Amino acid sequence: MTIAPFSGFGLGLRKPYYAEFLDTPIAVDFVEVISENFMVDGGRPRHILRDVRARYPVALHGVSMSVGSADGVDGAYLARLRALIDEIDPLFVSDHLSWSRIEGFNSHDLLPLPYTEEALDLVCANIARAQDALGREMLIENPSTYIDFASADMTEWQFLDAMCGRTGCGLLLDVNNVFVSATNHGFDPIAYLDGVPHDRVRQIHLAGHSRGAEMLIDTHDRPVPASVWNLYAYVMPKLGPVAAMIERDDDIPPLAELLAELGTARTIARGALREAA
Amino acid sequence: MSLIELQRDMRAWLTSEDAVAAARFGEAAAPGLRVYQNNYRAQLAACLEESFEHTRDWIGGEAFHRAVVAHVDRLPPSSWTLDAYARDFPATLEILYLADPEVAELGWLEMALGEAFVATDADAVSAGELGDVDWDRATLRITPTLDLGSLTTNAPAIWSALATGEVPPAVEFLPEPGAILVWRHGDVAQFRAIDQYEHQALLSVRAGMSFAKLCDLMVEAFGQEIGIARAGGMLGQWLADGLVVGIAT
Repeated sequence: MTIAPFSGFGLGLRKPYYAEFLDTPIAVDFVEVISENFMVDGGRPRHILRDVRARYPVALHGVSMSVGSADGVDGAYLARLRALIDEIDPLFVSDHLSWSRIEGFNSHDLLPLPYTEEALDLVCANIARAQDALGREMLIENPSTYIDFASADMTEWQFLDAMCGRTGCGLLLDVNNVFVSATNHGFDPIAYLDGVPHDRVRQIHLAGHSRGAEMLIDTHDRPVPASVWNLYAYVMPKLGPVAAMIERDDDIPPLAELLAELGTARTIARGALREAA
Repeated sequence: MSLIELQRDMRAWLTSEDAVAAARFGEAAAPGLRVYQNNYRAQLAACLEESFEHTRDWIGGEAFHRAVVAHVDRLPPSSWTLDAYARDFPATLEILYLADPEVAELGWLEMALGEAFVATDADAVSAGELGDVDWDRATLRITPTLDLGSLTTNAPAIWSALATGEVPPAVEFLPEPGAILVWRHGDVAQFRAIDQYEHQALLSVRAGMSFAKLCDLMVEAFGQEIGIARAGGMLGQWLADGLVVGIAT
């Protein structure tokens, strides 16, 4: 893997925060944006992104690449993303270990994959094609899932390990997603965090979830809970330099609240560094 | 089950709640399938709610929800971007509100404003660039942000009132069918109701007709004096609107 490590703390840049980020210096080391929101032909979104990029490193985080699609990745989508990459020179380019598109249908949801050898071959082929088209290696994020396929040949962390080894991609480790999936499917989140390839983790997502009628749902609509902070504190000493950030997509609070949460992430990371030393 | 079969089954479950397809995931998957079904529909509904705020204000929340359900059942999303899901909603409104054409026209206007907002950038021609133009040979390049729709009602006035929080006027039908143009000038998406003559003129000019030819056609339709005056008036308005982004001679 050739993705350079970046040590810092950032936020997901969402519309309500645009003005503050453009008007005043904000105490973050990087921002992450949803790639698709800026893969447009022109207009104000692209101007804003260029202005933000002039002030902060920007990570591009996608939700529609669909590396798990059985009929392959979409070349036109990759071309649009490549154009944005060439313009923005992002810190990272990431998407999810999931699928959303099949034969002309696009669900716009991060749908689950069975962790089989067939899926591994397909995901690796799709990531290889994407990385070739984008001219760089990507980070792939572990998803929150709501179905545990009985047909699986391996655990999710074994799948991620093999995927990284075969494609050269890195990992975006979403600690909240680990907790949500572990709770929904009854596996040990510590085993998961021990099992992922630590040297491939370049970015961490921290977020909140909610309790649905039958399982935990990855909603990104509330502060990071203690359960997720605890897992973050557990895994940080095992990782090298990493970019950590808070994700909030709904019930978006004043920016100061997210910056306070980011302060918690910094404090935990400092403790982890002392522990690792 | 192969991966592609599994993905087709998931599509069938999401788009039509196909119980046979769902059963192939096994009994233990049922709660998860319900989560994915809910996420799928909620995501599409949120996209339409956000894109058609004033159309919803006009027809009411419950009626809008019924229209959303009808649209999601009628047309599964296909584009890589969720924003594109708004494009076909006015067609669903047209089917549902045949007797109330202002509803689909409001929907089209909102959709077109959203599209114009992120359309390809192009700088409008400024007054200073007009001095040396040979108008006998000139063809105009129209902004790529332009979209044109048909209009039979006072939907633009209704939309404007809803957008500014005023009481919207009652529906009125135009004396004769017209059109509406939507474009972006700078960062601001704009619209203007036009008559059929300007509609045809804009379509022709956008397709490459020279300004001199347009003048000839206007003279044929209205006579020398009025025809030239109307062509000149349209050109002045297009330049003021920022619709002209290039002039080739």
